Amino acid sequence: MFRSQFFGLIVLAVILVVLPFVLPNNFYLDLAIRMLINACIVLGLNLLIGFAGQISLGHAGFVGIGAYASAVLTTHYSWSPLGAMLAGALAAGVLAALVARPIFKLKGHYLAMATLGLGIIISIIVRNEAALTGGPDGMPVAALALFSFEISGEKQWYWVVSGILLFSLWASLNLIDSPFGRALRALHGSEVAAQVVGVDVAKYKLAIFVLSAVFASLMGSVTAHYVGFVTPNVADFFHSIELVTMVVIGGMASIYGSVIGAVLLTALPQALAGFEGWETVVFGSILMFCMIFMPKGLVPTLAAKFGRR
Amino acid sequence: MALLEVSNLSKIFGGVRAVQNVSFAVEAGIVYSVIGPNGAGKTTLFNLITGIYTPSEGQIRLDGRDIAGVAPHELARFGMARTFQNLQVCMNMTALENVMVGAHLRLDRNLFKGALRLPGIARRDALLRAEAAELMRLVGLEAFIDAHADAMPYGALKRLEIARALAAKPRVLFLDEPAAGLNPTETSEVDSLIRKVADSGVTVVLVEHDMKMVMNISDQILVLDYGKKLAEGTAAEVRRNPDVIAAYLGTHQ
Amino acid sequence: MNGEWLPQFLQFLFSGITVGAAYALAALGFTLIYNASNVINFAQGEFIMLGGMLTVFFLQAGLPMPVAVLLAIFIPALVGILIEKLAIEPVKNAEVTTLIIITIGAALVIRGVVQIFLGKGTHSFPPFSSAEPIAIAGATLLPQSLWVLGVAALVVVALGWFFSRTLMGKAILATSYNRLAAQLVGINTSRVLFISYALSGALGAIGGILLTPITLTSYDVGIMLGLKGFVAAVVGGLGSGLGAVVGGLLVGILEAMGAGYISSAYKDAIPFALILLILFFMPRGLFGGKVTDRV
Ligand SMILES: Nc1ncnc2c1ncn2[C@@H]1O[C@H](COP(=O)(O)OP(=O)(O)OP(=O)(O)O)[C@@H](O)[C@H]1O
Ligand SMILES: [Mg+2]
Repeated sequence: MFRSQFFGLIVLAVILVVLPFVLPNNFYLDLAIRMLINACIVLGLNLLIGFAGQISLGHAGFVGIGAYASAVLTTHYSWSPLGAMLAGALAAGVLAALVARPIFKLKGHYLAMATLGLGIIISIIVRNEAALTGGPDGMPVAALALFSFEISGEKQWYWVVSGILLFSLWASLNLIDSPFGRALRALHGSEVAAQVVGVDVAKYKLAIFVLSAVFASLMGSVTAHYVGFVTPNVADFFHSIELVTMVVIGGMASIYGSVIGAVLLTALPQALAGFEGWETVVFGSILMFCMIFMPKGLVPTLAAKFGRR
Repeated sequence: MALLEVSNLSKIFGGVRAVQNVSFAVEAGIVYSVIGPNGAGKTTLFNLITGIYTPSEGQIRLDGRDIAGVAPHELARFGMARTFQNLQVCMNMTALENVMVGAHLRLDRNLFKGALRLPGIARRDALLRAEAAELMRLVGLEAFIDAHADAMPYGALKRLEIARALAAKPRVLFLDEPAAGLNPTETSEVDSLIRKVADSGVTVVLVEHDMKMVMNISDQILVLDYGKKLAEGTAAEVRRNPDVIAAYLGTHQ
Repeated sequence: MNGEWLPQFLQFLFSGITVGAAYALAALGFTLIYNASNVINFAQGEFIMLGGMLTVFFLQAGLPMPVAVLLAIFIPALVGILIEKLAIEPVKNAEVTTLIIITIGAALVIRGVVQIFLGKGTHSFPPFSSAEPIAIAGATLLPQSLWVLGVAALVVVALGWFFSRTLMGKAILATSYNRLAAQLVGINTSRVLFISYALSGALGAIGGILLTPITLTSYDVGIMLGLKGFVAAVVGGLGSGLGAVVGGLLVGILEAMGAGYISSAYKDAIPFALILLILFFMPRGLFGGKVTDRV
């Protein structure tokens, strides 16, 4: 039953290979790249929210840490892009590990409040330390050079990001079906039940929080290098909400839902571009509409409709 | 030395003395039952012993080691497993996965090995799947092996919890009202299941309102009333005890 | 430091209490809705924004102040009811995350509509009475601050009366303790929801109207104000009315002190740092009781 999930991976791989040849121009390729990057971040967040059942309303903070680590360390301190990227991931991971214990004692709205607070503090720091970060205006980021090889142009980026996404999907599918992943889902289903079979609940919450934070940070670095510019918007509350929305609309605890959610919500602003001024209203209405009529998200709702669990 | 020794155990919630100064000992390999009217403190007692609540006072010893206040996941390492009166089934998982989770401590839980699906992990998981299916058959759930937990009826979920607890290969198994809400056939199935488990050498501590089952199955019975120990002894002794009769007939002093 | 510390301290305190009073009203709004429906309404901040922006709009349209103010309270109350009827009722028992996203969606819609019809500009209107600051022990207090404090106090007293003396108030309280039991004794819990959302919209709007002459307003002020109101509600233990008021004042005062003595750039971070600290040590806020989860 679970094996059949990997079928989806093959389908997706085929689509990803064919896509660049059918997309009319670089505008669409750029859009596809941003969808894929978002899909990666959302996948990590879905492991935390959907599978482990722990909400985070501050995840953009970790994306911001990665993006700005790459920007600041390469620009002001002439670090290599790879070193900067790893330093950002380390910082995100350490921060997540430090706050995880106290934060995950909290539940429901208290947890939402705490993660939201954490994210907002990070975004305020980024906005205020203008000497390093360029403040509200943001700052440029150098191209991503790995050793002597430099990734440039939409085509190259597309393949790199596609590879990352396929690998992450494969690893996530494995993870949720492994002893670690089952423990994670069990603590979502019933925390006491997980505890009495020996799951150290605090440790598992910490591990998945750190993992998704590190992953968000890495993808933040990737975004920064790809776009060539960062602004504080990557770290702010609204971006956190966007990410959570992608998780929820695609479907909590649905691996492929993460991809669908990211694809749809990344495309949405483009689709709304013709509505000048009405974007926010339409965006908000779509959020409400989806949640009212498909609270489980697209993929699980459709899967249930077509008789598969 | 008894396997489990509880002495002067108390738990107070705000003003409610849910468990008061209770002492008893459970020898290895027996079926030990705890009975008492609703609200007597049976579930609270289980929650104290299995580490869900911290005692207000008193000691709990397992193999002579003081375990009062030790976290539940630590206690699982010492061979404790339990089921819950109010179902604690993971509705976000399949029935089989619920049982597999019971084997948590016997598996390699490494995150990275799991994510890369190293051959060792995959092989062990395949074995575990078969093992879990076997356990589901043992508790009479063969019809639900491919089911999702949220599609199962109440009676089946109760037994699913037992299968999950057994998957841990426990030394002591705590069952909180395993027959509540079951029909007579299911009840007798659970009855013979408990016997089977006890015969395999697992110590069983049982809370149950079904007196026929308790009297038949138990080696020792502890009677609680208003959080206090009212009596302790074999089925025959407890049945004759005037205090117990009074408490159960409701003619309280 | 020099002998100037008192006036300075008072100055920070005054501005802290003033915004704190608005936070307290927002926190009360959060609390009302949370108690009635277990929902954290992320659109609460938009009610504050609506209060200010609508008053500006009606004044520009030539309406007299009292009418403008009344309309600017009435419309957000109506919006609250709409949110409840259209978005919350249909999904009553949804997961926390789902409910949060629905209210965020509502917030975006409100904000977007205001942006379209009232523009992106920053607005204000004259204070209710004189703009002449009052000198107190070397510090100055704006008469508008007195308005904020006075009206907020009045609202708190009125709410206290409403909940302890009127049937509807008691019904709301009963519903918040135990919805099922309330239904069983014949309380119309759907009406309770209705009134809670309306009240909460009105409370937010009142805060926004009072604050606008001091802090100005624009279509996007709702998010920060709302989040700080949420902080205040959580500081107060989420669900306690008194806690919300104390939480609001506390958040306002600490923010003003932090801005004054530590760093004004990090003013907005202070409430969030505060709430993290509080939650780390007191997982249910300052006024939340200790409970053992039943198993
Ligand atoms: N977490 C808790 N917080 C407050 N009071 C509690 C808690 N858990 C149990 N109690 C109280 O402790 C007393 C004993 O409850 P307990 O559930 O242990 O009884 P029980 O013997 O298992 O009853 P039943 O046969 O109905 O399951 C009751 O008065 C109950 O209300
Ligand atoms: Mg019980």
